[in-house]
Amino acid sequence: MATLHTRSAARAMMAPSVLLLLAWMIVPLAMTIYFSFLRYNLLMPGMEEWAGFSNYRYFLTDPAFFQALFNTLAIVVGVLLITVIGGIALAILLDQPMFGQGIVRILVIAPFLIMPTVAALVWKNMFMNPVNGLFAHLAKAVGLQPYDFLNNAPLMSIIVIVAWQWLPFATLILLTALQSLDEEQKEAAQMDGAGAWSRFIYLTLPHLSRAITVVILIQTIFLLSVFAEILVTTNGGPGTQSTNLTFLVYAQALLQFDVGGASAGGIIAVILANIVAFFLMRMIGKTLEA
Amino acid sequence: MGSITLNNVSKVFGAHTVIPSIDLNIEEGEFVVFVGPSGCGKSTLLRLIAGLEDVSGGKIVIDGKDATELAPAKRRLSMVFQSYALYPHMSVRSNIAFPLKMAGEDASVIDKKVADAARVLNLTDYLDRKPRQLSGGQRQRVAIGRAIVRQPVAFLFDEPLSNLDAALRVNMRLEISQLHQQLKTTMVYVTHDQVEAMTMADKIVVLNRGNVEQVGSPLDLYHHPDNLFVAGFIGSPKMNIITGDIAKGYGAHTIGVRPEHLDLSTSAGAWRGTVGVAEHLGSDTFLHVAVDKVGTMTARVGGDFPVRHGDQVYLSPQEGRVHRFDETGLAIR
Ligand SMILES: Nc1ncnc2c1ncn2[C@@H]1O[C@H](COP(=O)(O)OP(=O)(O)OP(=O)(O)O)[C@@H](O)[C@H]1O
Ligand SMILES: [Mg+2]
Repeated sequence: MATLHTRSAARAMMAPSVLLLLAWMIVPLAMTIYFSFLRYNLLMPGMEEWAGFSNYRYFLTDPAFFQALFNTLAIVVGVLLITVIGGIALAILLDQPMFGQGIVRILVIAPFLIMPTVAALVWKNMFMNPVNGLFAHLAKAVGLQPYDFLNNAPLMSIIVIVAWQWLPFATLILLTALQSLDEEQKEAAQMDGAGAWSRFIYLTLPHLSRAITVVILIQTIFLLSVFAEILVTTNGGPGTQSTNLTFLVYAQALLQFDVGGASAGGIIAVILANIVAFFLMRMIGKTLEA
Repeated sequence: MGSITLNNVSKVFGAHTVIPSIDLNIEEGEFVVFVGPSGCGKSTLLRLIAGLEDVSGGKIVIDGKDATELAPAKRRLSMVFQSYALYPHMSVRSNIAFPLKMAGEDASVIDKKVADAARVLNLTDYLDRKPRQLSGGQRQRVAIGRAIVRQPVAFLFDEPLSNLDAALRVNMRLEISQLHQQLKTTMVYVTHDQVEAMTMADKIVVLNRGNVEQVGSPLDLYHHPDNLFVAGFIGSPKMNIITGDIAKGYGAHTIGVRPEHLDLSTSAGAWRGTVGVAEHLGSDTFLHVAVDKVGTMTARVGGDFPVRHGDQVYLSPQEGRVHRFDETGLAIR
C-alpha cells in the first residue's frame, strides 16, 4: 500500500478535494480579514476606506465585549458540566435492563432532533413564561411567586436550554462507550470486593474518559457559537447580560450595520476559539492518544 | 477452610435448564477440575460457586458456612477469567493491589503483599506497565497475582490457559500446579482440555449437559470409567467402542478398548483389518485401522511400527483391559 508509487498516486487523487476545501475556507476568512480593516458601514455604501486596527480597538474596548467573552465561556463551561455529568448519569440509567427500554431511549434522544429555534421557543413560551409557563403554574400551585427566568436569570436560562438540547448527544456517546465495557472486568471487580461506587470510580469512569473527551471537544466547538437560542429568547438582553461573542458580532453587523466592526469581532472570535481549542487539546487531548 | 459443598444445586436460564441438579463435594486443598464438552455448563457451575449467577435451587456451602445468598465479594473466593479481565487503565501494580485496596488495607501492607506476589509470579520487572504492554502469559500471571493477594479460601479458574499458545500453555500448567503445591489452597479449574485435566487434577468432575457423569481421580476415570460418556471423553485418542456380536462375546452390550491397549501384529490376532492412515510420531505410532465387521478403530503402538496405508494388521485387546457396558451405557464391573 505504502509504496512510493501508490503514495504519489493517492496525493494526485486527493489534490482536487484539498484545493476545493482550501478555497472554501480561505476565501471567506480572507474576506473577513480584509473587511475587518475597513471602515465599512452598510448605511454609508461606497464610503469604505482603510481603517487600520481601529475596528479591533473599538471592539476590544467595548464594555459589551468583556461581558460577551464571559458569557461565551460561561455557556460553554455550564453546558459542558450539565451535559457531561447528566449524560453519565442518564447513560448509566439507560444501560440498566428495564421495562420499555427502546421507547425510553428514543424519548431521551428526541431533544437532539428538535431545531434550536423551536426548542428555545418551547422553553420560552411553555416552560419559562412567567404567566403561562409550566414553571409559573408549578410555583403558583405550591404558593410561590412565579419567577421570570429569562429576565432575572437570562444566562442561566440559556445554559439550561442549550444543555437540554445537548444532553442527548452526550448521553448517546457515553451510553455506547458504557456498553463496550467488558462484562468480565465488572465481574472481576465485583469479586475483588469493589462496591457499585468503587466500580464506577475505578472502572467505569476511566473507561469512559475517551468518550467524555470526545463529548467535550465536539460540544465545545458548537457551544462557542450558540446563537439561535439567544436570538429567540432573550435577544442578548436584558442589556448585554446574555450576549455572547457570536451574538455581539451579529448585533454589530446587522443591528448597527457595521460590517467592519463585526468582521473584526469575527476574527477575534476565531482567535479565541483557537486559544480555547489549544488549551483543550493540551488538557484532555492526551486521552485520545494511545 | 476451603471446602466447598454443592447440595442439589440447579440453574435455569428462562425456559432452559442448564444444570438440573448437582451434588458435589470439594475438599479443602484439593485441585478439582471440571471437564466436559462445550456448552455442558462448566462455566455456569463455576459462576454459581463464585456468586456471579444466582442459583435457581439448592445450597452452596463454602468453608462450612451457607453461602448461597452471599455476594461474590463476601465468599472470599478469587477468580481468574479466560479473558484475564485485567483493568486496562491500571498498572500491573494497581491491578494486583486492587482487591487489597478495596478491602481497605494499609498502603504499606499492600506494597508488601504486591511485591511478594510479583516475586512469586516473576512479575517484578513489569509492575509499572499497563496490561496491554504485556504478553499473554504475563497477563495471565497478573490475573493470578490479583487472585492470590487476597488469600482466598479457594481459587476459581475458568479456562485460564485457552488463550495461550501450546508451549506457553504447558509452562503455565506447571506454574499453576506448583502454585497449588506452594499455597495448598483449594482450586477449582474449568477446562475442556483433558491433558490439563489429567495432569493437574486431584479430582476430576466430568460434566455432561449439566449432570455430573463421574467424579474421581484422573487415573480412576481412566481405568474405571462409570459409563460410556466418561470412557469416550477421557483419554486421547478416544477409546474404541464396539457393539454387536463381538461385544456379546464379552457378555456386554458395548465394549470399549483404548488404543494403547490393543496389541498389534502383522501375522495373527483377534481382529483383522486394513491400515487406513498411519501417523508416525517417532515416539508413538497411531494407526487408523478399518477392521472387518467393526469399523474404524484406532490403535497406538510405542515406537515405530513399520506399516503403511493398505497393509493388513491384526489387533488383539490386552487381557483385562476391555471395558464392558450395558444397554444404558453403564459400566459392568
Ligand atoms: N446468561 C445465559 N442465558 C441463557 N443461557 C445461558 C446463559 N449462560 C449460559 N447459557 C447456556 O448454558 C449452557 C452452558 O453454558 P456454559 O457457559 O456453562 O458452558 P461451558 O461448559 O462453559 O462451555 P464452554 O466449554 O464452551 O465454555 C449453554 O447451553 C449456554 O447456552
Ligand atoms: Mg465456559
